[in-house]
Amino acid sequence: MTILQTIGFGPSGWGGLLLIAALMTLCVTATALLIGMVFGTLIAWAKLSGSRLARGLGSAYTTIFRGVPELLIIYLVYFGGSSLVTAIGAAMGFEGFLGLPSFAAGALAVGIISGAYQAEVYRGAFLAIPKGELEAAQAIGMPRLLRFRRIVAPQVFRFAIPGIGNVWQLSLKDSALVSVTGLADLMRTSQIAAGSTRQHFLFFIVGGCLYLLLTSLSDRVFNRAEHRANRSMPSGIGQA
Amino acid sequence: MDLDFMASTMVTLIAALPMTLALFSLSVVFGGLLALLVVWMRVGGNPVARGFAKGYIFVFRGSPLLIQMFLIFYGLGQFGFIRYSFLWPALREPFVCAVMSLALCTAGYTAEIFRFGLRSIPAKEIEAARAVGMSGFLLTRRILAPIAFRNALPAYSTEVMMMVKSTALASLVTVWEVTGVAQRLIAQTYRTMEVFLCAAAIYLILNFLILQVMALLEYRLTPHRRTAPLFPVAQR
Repeated sequence: MTILQTIGFGPSGWGGLLLIAALMTLCVTATALLIGMVFGTLIAWAKLSGSRLARGLGSAYTTIFRGVPELLIIYLVYFGGSSLVTAIGAAMGFEGFLGLPSFAAGALAVGIISGAYQAEVYRGAFLAIPKGELEAAQAIGMPRLLRFRRIVAPQVFRFAIPGIGNVWQLSLKDSALVSVTGLADLMRTSQIAAGSTRQHFLFFIVGGCLYLLLTSLSDRVFNRAEHRANRSMPSGIGQA
Repeated sequence: MDLDFMASTMVTLIAALPMTLALFSLSVVFGGLLALLVVWMRVGGNPVARGFAKGYIFVFRGSPLLIQMFLIFYGLGQFGFIRYSFLWPALREPFVCAVMSLALCTAGYTAEIFRFGLRSIPAKEIEAARAVGMSGFLLTRRILAPIAFRNALPAYSTEVMMMVKSTALASLVTVWEVTGVAQRLIAQTYRTMEVFLCAAAIYLILNFLILQVMALLEYRLTPHRRTAPLFPVAQR
């Protein structure tokens, strides 16, 4: 069999499966990014709040989840989540071991890590808002929620886009580790293809190229988003 | 939570710590040397070398470390000329493959960090050095390297911390370091939380110590940012 047949889209080719796997990687990463947005916003809020307890909890979260290997966090969520599900199942009368779905476990684990990085991005973006604007909003009597919606959120989002782009790239590469839970993502599928055809070198090269494609395409998307978000701003330092 | 279990877990995990440290230190050293080579090619005048360095940085920063590690560990043995070469006894070892892929990957990131360090050197300083007749190696040794390294240090310490975390992947090519041993303990005992807490504590302490060393290094390398002492210390 020629190389083209092996990686092509024919009946004996792995091309279709690899493309589906690449889509799976994108799905895991996108879900993780959304989960991370929720965690990140909450943690950034905690770190910026006046309460010392909330600040402490926020720093503990970012220190732990940025300082511990991603693989360990995936094991924690996968095995810990599975024993939790089993315990709940036992309480509801199911017998035996119940596993957490590997997609959910993977997206949650990468999301938790991504949340720790996103918290720092949002915190930095919030601190970049000129103090005068917040004071002006307060001075004309804008309520808290309205102030958040009109003044804080749009600017935080604009300042955060480059940072979110970096976090996305990190999560895309972290998502490869989710393959240890058996999810058929790009990493796992390349591994299976490599194992069953005994063409390890070929399939890891192809998998790596697909990852490169994903990272370079998403880089382009984020650059365009940054450009678009800044279209009303005067061009200055640090803008494309 | 069972303190006896945690104590015995801690002992088991600490027994694997030398492996993590070996992976980490070897890959930081080799990765750093390789990064110097790559950055030299990246900023040098030769367009072929520059293109190669750009490609190197793109490939190793753009793809996950795990796939690079598997490519080296499983992929290289596929070729007869490697399998029958004098390098095979070394390349067969999972530890060598893990160090190689960690070093190759970190070199891509480190090269970019060093390049930004180089770019942050004010042009005036290079012109001044040239004006007094410094060039080539002397210029690099006295002006470029110290200033660039100093400016790159904060970003480099982040990269070094990332390296500590990356050593965990070596467990997937059967090198028994801390994360691998922790995974085995979790699979044997199903006490995820206790094992996780012990392993996390080891990594956090390790990272804390490395950050302290880096901060100390930064302090030593930036005497010009400190205010002069009010009463100069007597010279020895």
